Amino acid sequence: MNPVIELDGLGVAFGKRHILQDLRGTLNGRAIGLLGPNGAGKTTLIHTLLGFHPATHGTARIFGQDITAEAKHIRSLVGYMPERDSFIAKMTCVHFVRLMAELSGMPPDAALERAHESLFYVGLGEARYRTLDTYSLGMKQLAKLAQAIVHGPKLIILDEPTNGLDPPTRLRMIRLIREIRDSGEARIMLSSHLLRDVEECCDEILVLKDGRIAANCNLEEERKANRKFIEIEMRGDNRAFGEAVGRLGCEYAFTNERRLKLVLPEGVEIRDLYKIAAEREVQIRRLNYKRDSLEDIFLKAMEGGDTMGEATAATPPAAATGGNGNGSL
Amino acid sequence: MAVYEHGYKPYTGSLTPEWSRFLILPRHAFRDVFRSKFFIAFFALCFLYPLVAAILIYLHHNVNAIALMKLDLRELVPINASFFHAFVTSQCSLGFFLTVLIGPPLVSRDLANNALPLYLSRPFTRKEYVVGKMSVILILVSLITWIPGLLLFLLQAYLEGAGWLGQNLRLAGAIFLASLVWIVVLAVLSLAVSAWLKWRVVASGALLAIFFIPSAFGEIVNALFRTRLGHLISLGAIMNSLWRGLFGLFQRQTGQIEGMRNGRIIEITMLEPPLWASWLALAIICGLCVLLLMRKVRAYEVVK
Repeated sequence: MNPVIELDGLGVAFGKRHILQDLRGTLNGRAIGLLGPNGAGKTTLIHTLLGFHPATHGTARIFGQDITAEAKHIRSLVGYMPERDSFIAKMTCVHFVRLMAELSGMPPDAALERAHESLFYVGLGEARYRTLDTYSLGMKQLAKLAQAIVHGPKLIILDEPTNGLDPPTRLRMIRLIREIRDSGEARIMLSSHLLRDVEECCDEILVLKDGRIAANCNLEEERKANRKFIEIEMRGDNRAFGEAVGRLGCEYAFTNERRLKLVLPEGVEIRDLYKIAAEREVQIRRLNYKRDSLEDIFLKAMEGGDTMGEATAATPPAAATGGNGNGSL
Repeated sequence: MAVYEHGYKPYTGSLTPEWSRFLILPRHAFRDVFRSKFFIAFFALCFLYPLVAAILIYLHHNVNAIALMKLDLRELVPINASFFHAFVTSQCSLGFFLTVLIGPPLVSRDLANNALPLYLSRPFTRKEYVVGKMSVILILVSLITWIPGLLLFLLQAYLEGAGWLGQNLRLAGAIFLASLVWIVVLAVLSLAVSAWLKWRVVASGALLAIFFIPSAFGEIVNALFRTRLGHLISLGAIMNSLWRGLFGLFQRQTGQIEGMRNGRIIEITMLEPPLWASWLALAIICGLCVLLLMRKVRAYEVVK
């Protein structure tokens, strides 16, 4: 099966200014998060994939179709929800969504039916006969989502879908995105400044910095890789406990007197820790699997400079620590 | 994705042919246009002249009706090239005002609401968008210009006989071509204005100004320099020359005026610009409009 997006040395320049430079990589996730600080090139990448801007170097493929040679065909596979307010004034929402469906190639009757269905799906069923200029910001965002999914695209590109939404509407939007992702009928590309949104929806992320790929990692694998990274809160002879787990081959570090972070090596289980604790009469009050949050990955990518598409997931955070108990995890 | 199922499902039904998708835009635009009662009234008014012309043609061929109305056949307007030229001129003028009513919001509304990324993120190109928007004007103005014009021509041919049709076939081409050229000019001009001026009233005013101000300026040039070259900057004068040319009524020499040279009064012959110059001027105007239009019709404007 073709990857969702293949970046093959893609570069975009506006005049002499290079916005995207030599992007390479393959994105296969069910939901791909596109992250980066302002001006990193996220929106330009989306626009280039949609054929709005020509690539000045290299190319990209969506489901194996070249973005330059097969631009029109690609756009029939893609649904796009732009960041800024985009609608047609003095038009009812159902009329607007129907028009968009027809432009995607659906016959008028089918387009009208799907327009009603998608508006009900996003939760605008009761307001579908109101004109778009009377909608609140949250409703406009949902209407934009409805027009993006009305023709049943294989890839849905969402540019800042939760921008300006109040918490309940944001939760609704996130739930819809997750539902579409879990249906398995469409892949999603989500560009957002909000790391929490990306963390909740995406299983793969692409971090851009200064028009280059700063990180490209699979969040699922990252989470699995970090399952042996543990944080323990305890009472008792903590030093002796630390030395004992060190003798088991665990890398560890105290974050304060009562807290210990450690990485379990192969062959060591949680029950071994409880056993040591029992032998040393140490109370384990709390034991957490400490995951590398998306924020950690993002910040690391921002500090790391131009890693050019190398997966940050390869390096778990604990690897940087020593096993002498004085390192920091 | 049935309403009761509330789940995401892809669309698996049939698709419309790609070539026909530009027609979606005029179909949806007509819904808005015909919501205005003023527009409907004006549009209905545009059919008055064709109706009167049809009655005239009928009267020409109905002896009983002429006798009943106690008319002399010589009093009636002759049905010839001038008749159809007058018809095209009149209907095309109405077409201009129709365009002033419907043209300005066509692109500006999409630009003001940032709707172009939505159109262009679908299998729908910029060219199709422009052609679709032009079709709104092309279809409506065609309904009041060359379509009734050709119907009148066919009515006359039917009543007069096959001989007249053979002799005047050129008139049918002239009716069609004269109207079509004007409609295309109106369409590109109004879309270009609509793309650059977001306010409807200002855009309508600009359309009127583009038509009338250069005409006035051209007349000033003509008067000052005792020439007719000023007509090349007047859209109305250019079209008038072209229409006359198409109907075989064009004359370069349009009169003589008295002038002074070396202290003597002389007769100066006024010559209209040649037809090729009018065609060239029109092509330049249209090319400029298309350039301006395509510069604005983009999903996103890139600020370099």
